[in-house]
Amino acid sequence: MTAVKHAIDVKGLRKSYGKTEVLKGIDLEVKRGSLVALLGPNGAGKTTTIRILATLLKPDSGSVQIFGQDVVKEPDAARQRVSLTGQFASVDEDLTGLENLMLVARLLGFSWKQAKTRSTELLAAFGLTEAADRQVKKYSGGMRRRLDIAASIVISPEILFLDEPTTGLDPRSRRQVWDIVRTLLQTGTTILLTTQYLEEADQLADRIVVIDHGAVIADGTSGELKKSVGSGTVRLRLQQAEQRPEAEQILARALGVPIHLEKDQTSLSAQISDPDLASAALSLLVDAGIAFTDFSLGQPSLDEVFLALTGESLDEEETSTEQEIA
Amino acid sequence: MAATQPNLTSVDQATLRSAVSSSSRPGRPGPLDASVTMAWRALLKIKHVPMQLFDVTLFPIMMTLMFTFLFGGALAGSVGEYVQFLIPGIFVMTIAMITMYTGHALNTDIAKGIFDRFRSLPFWRPAVLVGMLLGDMVRYTLAGMVVIVLGFIIGFRPDGGVIGVLLSLILVLIFAFSLSWAWTVLGLLLPTPESTMMVSSMVSFPLTFATNIYVDPATMPEWLQVVVNLNPITHVVTAVRGLMSGTATADQIGLVFLSCAVLIAIFAPLTMYLYSNKGSR
Ligand SMILES: Nc1ncnc2c1ncn2[C@@H]1O[C@H](COP(=O)(O)OP(=O)(O)O)[C@@H](O)[C@H]1O
Ligand SMILES: [Mg+2]
Repeated sequence: MTAVKHAIDVKGLRKSYGKTEVLKGIDLEVKRGSLVALLGPNGAGKTTTIRILATLLKPDSGSVQIFGQDVVKEPDAARQRVSLTGQFASVDEDLTGLENLMLVARLLGFSWKQAKTRSTELLAAFGLTEAADRQVKKYSGGMRRRLDIAASIVISPEILFLDEPTTGLDPRSRRQVWDIVRTLLQTGTTILLTTQYLEEADQLADRIVVIDHGAVIADGTSGELKKSVGSGTVRLRLQQAEQRPEAEQILARALGVPIHLEKDQTSLSAQISDPDLASAALSLLVDAGIAFTDFSLGQPSLDEVFLALTGESLDEEETSTEQEIA
Repeated sequence: MAATQPNLTSVDQATLRSAVSSSSRPGRPGPLDASVTMAWRALLKIKHVPMQLFDVTLFPIMMTLMFTFLFGGALAGSVGEYVQFLIPGIFVMTIAMITMYTGHALNTDIAKGIFDRFRSLPFWRPAVLVGMLLGDMVRYTLAGMVVIVLGFIIGFRPDGGVIGVLLSLILVLIFAFSLSWAWTVLGLLLPTPESTMMVSSMVSFPLTFATNIYVDPATMPEWLQVVVNLNPITHVVTAVRGLMSGTATADQIGLVFLSCAVLIAIFAPLTMYLYSNKGSR
């Protein structure tokens, strides 16, 4: 057990700006070869965390280990093994795509000739060959993002940090970045990415760490997070709208939870903790002569997870004033 | 539905996989190699944004013509005589003033994301600055040549000849490199490119005017003479006048090198300290 070192091991990470405590003791573990998503709303502390891990920022306290090596004490050793694609593109807008990659390659110790070969290879891999000799300021957001990721893997890093890699991208570009991330993962790269998008975390991550106001509020697989909220959501669509009140009564009794009436007049849904109850409830409906056209038992969305964890929706800024009772 | 969807991505999986799997890991570049690379970047920027050469060509033209014809008659009796005295001074002043853009350029760089990229790569840190300053040498040389050529057109005939002019250029480039470290300190201390530019200009004007460039310090009040004699630019001007007229002494040149050493000793470590702590707190 002790011999197995995590790729990333963070304990009690704290950081303040003046009196504002931005990180309030973050713990984080990332297994070698896995992808962990750091999920949180704007201002949660994602960028601060990732910049500390990438040696760009010093923490106030806490330990950060990369493959068992202390990042704060030996930043240069870490810099050889990790790479960061920041929230804002770290490329030179005045230079061309090729020149940007060559610049990075040269600074990593490639000869001029090797730098050119490697850059050309990367441009091809990222679908940027045609744009190779164009200034980056003329690139689209998606192209810039891809170039930025390419620049981060000129030497294939053991760990790649991606800070909100798809924020502001159109769906097509987002899909491309996801493809890149999956390919990197397949080749053995350990990835820590931050995102505000629940779908993105759900799609890509082996594990999701939810942070809010500088603290970890949940940590687990997407499935585990959803379970902590309730095992899932039952959705039903009835044939006849007028039967809905009766169906609501029967379901409420059988499931023992509140039933949501959906807007469309024929649908109902409920959060349940035990999937077995659902089938029992369904047979009761059939016995009562209530016909339904559609039934599904699905996991809750991560939006619902976040709502349940924080008492506030991801889209809203307001802090809830309730809670604190438990 | 998924089956009929066209392949959305222009990223080629196979190429990408092989590109990512590449395990070539060259060793860190040496300090010189990294600096040369950063200088290459500076030259590329000149190539892609040639507008930035405007200030190094128009500014010297303006300065030379303005001072020669506006003040020449009044200050030295005749324009022809004044040109011999003034051109070496203008030559130094022009280049010295242009060095202040260094702080601005550095500050602009930091404001952009590329700075983070540089900081996260494990190469010799000062290379970013050394390379930038080396790249600036091209701008300085160009500005210096504009002054000399224009000076020649309006009657400047250095007794030191081509050799004298070339040696002057080399001396001024060394000085400009040393002085630049003062501007990089400002570029690192100040919050925005605009404020860097403003403060740099405010420092730069007295620095270039409180010198022996325009008039003999003997005509100045005593306290100002003290300031002028402490100003490193005064020593550079004296040495350059000497070189261009073929009368330079070892003392004159030595004083310039001393000034350079002092500037670098103070400002280079300060720059590096500020640079490595920038954004990391
Ligand atoms: N340099 C800074 N000075 C002061 N406050 C900062 C600084 N950087 C970040 N913050 C604050 O820290 C909090 C977390 O920021 P950040 O890590 O960027 O969040 P996220 O990336 O999750 O949006 C925010 O409230 C932000 O305003
Ligand atoms: Mg952020």
